[in-house]
Amino acid sequence: MTAKPLRLSTLFLSVLKISAFTFGGGYVIVPLMRKRFSEDLQWVKEEEMLDMIAIAQSAPGPIAVNTSIILGYRLLGIKGALASVLGTAIPPLLVLTLISMFYEAFRANRWIAALLGAMRAGVAAVIVDVVWTMAANITKKRKATPIILMIAAFIAVFIFKVNIILVLLFCGFLGFLDAMRSSLKEAKP
Amino acid sequence: MMMLTLYWAFFQVGLFAFGGGLAALPLIREQVVVIHPWLDMAAFTDLVTIAEMTPGPIALNAATFVGNRVGGVAGAVVATLGCITPSLIIVLILARLYSVWRDKAAFAGVLSGLRPAAVALIASAGMSIAILALFGEAGAISLQAMDLVSLMCFGAALFLLRKFKTSPILIIFGAGIAGAAIKLAFNIP
Repeated sequence: MTAKPLRLSTLFLSVLKISAFTFGGGYVIVPLMRKRFSEDLQWVKEEEMLDMIAIAQSAPGPIAVNTSIILGYRLLGIKGALASVLGTAIPPLLVLTLISMFYEAFRANRWIAALLGAMRAGVAAVIVDVVWTMAANITKKRKATPIILMIAAFIAVFIFKVNIILVLLFCGFLGFLDAMRSSLKEAKP
Repeated sequence: MMMLTLYWAFFQVGLFAFGGGLAALPLIREQVVVIHPWLDMAAFTDLVTIAEMTPGPIALNAATFVGNRVGGVAGAVVATLGCITPSLIIVLILARLYSVWRDKAAFAGVLSGLRPAAVALIASAGMSIAILALFGEAGAISLQAMDLVSLMCFGAALFLLRKFKTSPILIIFGAGIAGAAIKLAFNIP
């Protein structure tokens, strides 16, 4: 499989489509983006995608917006970033404008409530699938530090509800120390 | 003047909402219920419900909903722009740093610590969504509270994703339609 040609219109339309279907908050956009840009289009490597997600996490603002800005910038510079953030913002703008007009009817409809409830099960499966793939990429390198970090970070966030920024700062700092330690080892005769 | 106030209110939401998703909610409440008399608490609760069950980041959904009420479609656009401006500035700076420093040992070390953390964060969000999908809003994890239809949809969706790499968007809608059809056909609450 070869990479598809890099086009501004393809970037805009891909992000627009993904944003229109990211039910359930920012994290759902991550699996969709990874699938589209790493697997289908092959514009970014899996590892770079993870870097971008980590950077998007460390900045304030919606994850979906941040991820699309950094992805657009990495691919096509400032114009890529603008196209990509527009693509992300347009669907919620349209959908919510429509809904705020027909708000009462929308809320009371039994079909819509059942549909939205069952869609969550699909969303959960999509996230489990992507976590499975990403975690396998980390464990198959057979290095202890990243595996321990991954498990510890999960326990800290999910069970102990530690602030996400603290977790990211701590993990980034440990990674930095690890890199410094190995470069010191190399420097010694 | 109203437009400027709206822009500035959502600029602050975008600037201080770290961690994405629900992290933005207290900030939005502060701006639109406490500081400005744009929504009462009941309307705010409805806003959260709608934002959760429609596509797109919660902060952008809230910006559109509140903007529409305060200043019509123009208000929605202004509030959305306010919300994405801080992301655009901060993430572009980080993206620039990333492309310049990616190969430096220290920065690569930081990234190698952040990658496992990113996987852990996605896993944690996935767990929360899975619990919501399988056990409902009450959050009581027990066999009685288990939603069997959702569990079936979840299992089938995960199988299709792992085995056939089916498109996530197809999976989410498929699960929604199948689950809703089963529930309404057999009159399951």
